[in-house]
Amino acid sequence: MENNAAGYWKATLSLLTKIMIVWFLVSYGAGILFADVLNTIHLGGYPLGFWFAQQGSIYVFIALIFFYAKKMGEIDRKFDVHEE
Amino acid sequence: MELQTLTYLVVGASFALYIGIAIWARAGSTSDFYVAGGGVHPVTNGMATAADWMSAASFISMAGLIANMGYGGGLFLMGWTGGYVILAMWLAPYLRKFGKFTVPQFIGDRFYSKSASTVAVICLLIASITYVIGQMTGVGVAFSRFLGVSNETGIYLGMGIVFAYAVFGGMKGITYTQVAQYIVLISAYTIPAVFISLNLTGNFLPQLGLGANLVGTDVSLLDRLNQVVTDLGFAEYTTSVPGSKLNMFVYTVSLMIGTAGLPHVIIRFFTVPKVADARYSAGWALVFIAILYTTAPAVAAMAKYNLHATVNSAITTNGDLYAEESSLKYDERPDWMSRWEKTGLLKWEDKNGDGRIQYYNDKTKSADVLAKAEQAGWKGSELTVNADIMVMANPEIALLPNWVIALVAAGGVAAALSTAAGLLLAISSAVSHDLVKNVFAPNMSDKNELMVGKIAMAGAIVLAGWLGLNPPGFAAGTVALAFGIAASTLFPVIMMGIFSKKMNKEGAIAGMLAGLAVTLFYVFAHKGIFFIKGTEFVDLIGGPNSFFGITPEAFGAIGAVVNFIVAFAVDKVTKEPPEHIQHLVEEVRIPRGAKAVDGAH
Repeated sequence: MENNAAGYWKATLSLLTKIMIVWFLVSYGAGILFADVLNTIHLGGYPLGFWFAQQGSIYVFIALIFFYAKKMGEIDRKFDVHEE
Repeated sequence: MELQTLTYLVVGASFALYIGIAIWARAGSTSDFYVAGGGVHPVTNGMATAADWMSAASFISMAGLIANMGYGGGLFLMGWTGGYVILAMWLAPYLRKFGKFTVPQFIGDRFYSKSASTVAVICLLIASITYVIGQMTGVGVAFSRFLGVSNETGIYLGMGIVFAYAVFGGMKGITYTQVAQYIVLISAYTIPAVFISLNLTGNFLPQLGLGANLVGTDVSLLDRLNQVVTDLGFAEYTTSVPGSKLNMFVYTVSLMIGTAGLPHVIIRFFTVPKVADARYSAGWALVFIAILYTTAPAVAAMAKYNLHATVNSAITTNGDLYAEESSLKYDERPDWMSRWEKTGLLKWEDKNGDGRIQYYNDKTKSADVLAKAEQAGWKGSELTVNADIMVMANPEIALLPNWVIALVAAGGVAAALSTAAGLLLAISSAVSHDLVKNVFAPNMSDKNELMVGKIAMAGAIVLAGWLGLNPPGFAAGTVALAFGIAASTLFPVIMMGIFSKKMNKEGAIAGMLAGLAVTLFYVFAHKGIFFIKGTEFVDLIGGPNSFFGITPEAFGAIGAVVNFIVAFAVDKVTKEPPEHIQHLVEEVRIPRGAKAVDGAH
């Protein structure tokens, strides 16, 4: 068990950064910037870029929040700052 | 049973339910009134947040917008959901840890300044009041279209219902009615969508149906739709972009950070017992929102396909779209078309006098399409379609029984009422807690504050109703402005309050004012000063969308950047925040020690 505020904050920010990278890649990346390229690939009847813009990014967002909530719980306990 | 009678029955039953909840969930303290006593389960709160979030516009208009915009409509889908990731990770848990009733209270305490909290109240009021106007007009529209009463009657009825549970129940009454409203609106939205998807693609999940083949063919729905709309001169469905990719990008950013900065959404996270609950609750909120938001694009594409297929029989038979007999004879149109013609949402004008309906894009740049239309004797598109019809006429297009049509009516009303109530609470708590208690009467007792809160709520309802009855002629632009202001003022200042220990009051206040000013300036340049017609000064800034082609609706993100830059610049040249504030920030960052939310200053 570690106990220092700076370490806790650093671990938090590093988790947030990783999640925001994925968040950016699925929405702005796959859904907008690279949508045209991805549209050449198909997911069933969906062009892939279109799918990310209208479906896929939303599913990933949900997964990201639950992943975040779980990981943060672990970080809280590791640094002993969790709620009783 | 008559459709009208059945609709009254279903909507009436939903109202009885809301009022029943209001009687059960009366607020006995300021804690009940502002944060529902602070004991709401994270899943319950997620569901209430979803109803709070999904407005009349989401329910009635969004699918139609997407149907018109095609791929580019994804900006609403990503923008209005991606904000929850930001909210869950950057704001909600920390504001919950801070543990006070309102958003301006956090800003006031963190920036040790009543001026900061007052500026925040002003931003909150502008954002929430402009937002609530859209909701009240939405209530009127929902009532008048579904129940056949006038807009005014609809707004009075809506005010009455919200009054019953928001004034007496505060956040507590609102929370539990929102849960009921969520269930009503989500069933109303998904049931017709499931049947339409089943009819068209044989797939009962609309989310899969949108990517499936049309029944009895090996052509996918989207491919066929692309082909049909381009043959008729419209933009290709799966690639059409609004303005430019840059505008779509910036618009999406504005909606995301606007979502995260809207006070009526943030305060919902003050109702859960723990910091960890706030994190999970945002996830649940997004699950419940996603059920509608992933269905909407399917509804959009399928309704668009159905509409085209109804007026042009060659679409299903793969025949010649321009053959004379392909166009639907006006006299043989289905019942739902004549029903919606009465409301004016659907209009037909027989331009070439052949008694048949031609529906295509007569403003297309494709010479090929124009030549074919010319040759077929078409004299312009004859059908005017209001996009809202994509959702409202859905049950009839899919030939569903009358009770589903009645349910869609109740769903539309529920969506408008639940969002209006959440906004009204944000407005009234800012007035009673942040203005009256914080500025004028700091020693007010809990009982008196509760009374002031109820009076503020009643006043807010009357104001919202009045604005709904006399919309200032800019109702359509208001929701975009609310997002722009939340994005350019409240979001950056809350973020800096948590993530920068050194940000001081001078920086925060200057940032908020700069963000507000630049956003209002750009919007007013396009839409008129305070939306007064004739006061536009768009030529002064070099014509419409002169800032890199960014539309005024998308400008909130630019306002946010200005806010950050000004705040950090001012912060550099003024003195550091006091020691105890830096400790406060450290405290806010860790979950341990979170207590029940209260109003103490």
